[in-house]
Amino acid sequence: MTKKTVIEKIWENHVVSREEGKPDLLYIDLHLVHEVTSPQAFEGLRMNGRRVRRPDLTYATMDHNVPTVNRHIVSDPVSKTQMETLQKNCREFGIELADIDHPDQGIVHVIGPQLGLTQPGKTIVCGDSHTSTHGAFGALAFGIGTSEVEHVLATQTIWQKQPKTLQIKVNGKLGFGVQSKDIILAIIAKFGVNAGTGYVMEFTGEAIRSLSMEQRMTICNMSIEAGARAGLVSPDMTTVEYLRGRRYAPQGEDFEEAAKRWLSLASDEGASYDKTLEIDAADIEPQMTWGTNPAMGSGISGFVPSPDQFDREADKESVRLALDYMGLEAGTKLTDIPVDYVFIGSCTNSRLSDLRAAAEVAKGRKVQESVTAIVVPGSQTVKQQAEAEGLDQIFIDAGFQWRESGCSMCLAMNDDIVPPGKRCASTSNRNFEGRQGSGARTHLVSPSMAAAAAVTGRFTDVRELSGVNQ
Amino acid sequence: MEPINQFTGTVCPINRANIDTDQIIPKQFLKRIERAGFGQFVFYNWRFDDDGNKREDFILNDPKFADSDILVAGENFGCGSSREHAPWALLDYGFRIIIAPSYADIFYNNSVKNGILAVKLTDDEVETLLERSSVPGYKLHINLEEQSVSDESGFKAHFDIDPYWKKMLINGWDEISVTLSEEQRIARYEEKMYGKQYS
Repeated sequence: MTKKTVIEKIWENHVVSREEGKPDLLYIDLHLVHEVTSPQAFEGLRMNGRRVRRPDLTYATMDHNVPTVNRHIVSDPVSKTQMETLQKNCREFGIELADIDHPDQGIVHVIGPQLGLTQPGKTIVCGDSHTSTHGAFGALAFGIGTSEVEHVLATQTIWQKQPKTLQIKVNGKLGFGVQSKDIILAIIAKFGVNAGTGYVMEFTGEAIRSLSMEQRMTICNMSIEAGARAGLVSPDMTTVEYLRGRRYAPQGEDFEEAAKRWLSLASDEGASYDKTLEIDAADIEPQMTWGTNPAMGSGISGFVPSPDQFDREADKESVRLALDYMGLEAGTKLTDIPVDYVFIGSCTNSRLSDLRAAAEVAKGRKVQESVTAIVVPGSQTVKQQAEAEGLDQIFIDAGFQWRESGCSMCLAMNDDIVPPGKRCASTSNRNFEGRQGSGARTHLVSPSMAAAAAVTGRFTDVRELSGVNQ
Repeated sequence: MEPINQFTGTVCPINRANIDTDQIIPKQFLKRIERAGFGQFVFYNWRFDDDGNKREDFILNDPKFADSDILVAGENFGCGSSREHAPWALLDYGFRIIIAPSYADIFYNNSVKNGILAVKLTDDEVETLLERSSVPGYKLHINLEEQSVSDESGFKAHFDIDPYWKKMLINGWDEISVTLSEEQRIARYEEKMYGKQYS
């Protein structure tokens, strides 16, 4: 029998129509919807008298615009309208919505897995590029634009060319103090922001197998920052045990049946990939970015590079522009860079284990007076779980602000904005110009590195703080 | 969407690699629920300073380039977010054609669905066009049927495009109508996988 990758297995199970000279028409098992990329799609349905074909496979929440201080004060009327439009659309088309007051509300890529909606073998789409997060379960999950959102609402299918496969093998064991965020930042720094363009990635290797589901989600979440629309991890017992008992997962006998099917989707031993890239986990130290795309980063022991260190003229120019925007001098030691803001949250790093890692660093320490630090849990459920463990009190005692769930300062669509010229240590996924606010300077780091920056007032190697055991 | 086949237009160069969708259309403009009117916000942070004044050094603020309809840029154009507001903004501003060595996958798809032709040329060809178009008023002719880009001074380049996307662009098809014409296949798939009818 031909050996297949998990990507090929899922693809073949979902082909509705295949013809020469056309992309394949793929069936979609789960369509996640949020307030920002859906209003024009619903309007399109309305204008053409079309319905939603499978409301039962569609699930909505609001996350991008929501306030994280008082959930009922939406200061921007345009944001408010967008949120109300989603409510109206979900009512009209019969779609389940985790509304602002709903106990399941949260970032769409946090609640899908948490509710058990995300399952191995599914095809999952959402009008959001970080849909790749769900690939951690061995699902084929990718971001789409609003035209495609409308197409999936109307037909439950999408036209896709079968992608090439790229294996990213992370060999060996992770060192002390290194988190899954550091793995993906190191991969992007090494291979570049378009290493995965045109491919779907599968993350393999000993280091990936040893990760929890939440840690795998952080890695798959940022596949798109390496150019790949989707990034997967083959399902294993870690996947199965995470899903057991979740609300939308199969229950009882059905679960055991499903688990067998899920495990059989894992890539076959010896399956071939169009391309394979490798990295050794032991070489990865805690990472941080210094520039304006996620590949412009290095280990924390590094220095801000000079444009002259790069060979290609285009790269020299990109680095020159980045250093100018970031207000950094070539040759500066990364640990000499001060911070003004710290953001712990986003679909990359706002799950319970992320908050635990940050709290471990924050415990018994104080946020520097010059630093504004906020913690934004990924969902209402994460928030409650963290509060039940007392994490909120650890953060509050240390001087962090403890907020309500949402996308928040990752893209600053609500009031959580980094002011011009200010420098932010952020656990989010994009350090683009203006991402966290016009003129804001973003440095991407892991949750424990962000907490370390908050309590020391500068970027710090978390391994050097006493009492940190992760 | 508007069909596109033969197109002649004026070129504006933005010589940068990895132009992300946050630059093309910043997040504060994603709150609108309409599809139209995003052109005024395209490249907002590059066009305007924090007080809303025009930045004189940005090329689209140069009256000699302001009315361009073809954009030439560096590699990995449109990386980042899936926001379709990016192609909406480019199109609404007046850009019908983009030329770059490579594009982010989601941006490329989103462009096609809005009738924007995103042409992939080689690094050297794009380099040549960036140079030539730094002189205002430089024009290019694009022929989608022939898959060629040419100017009046002897530049001619061939580009590849998926035959399906090419057909969609030339005919300006509404993709949902095309798909719904195959609804029986969707229903058959649903019957097999879900054992139910949803038509």
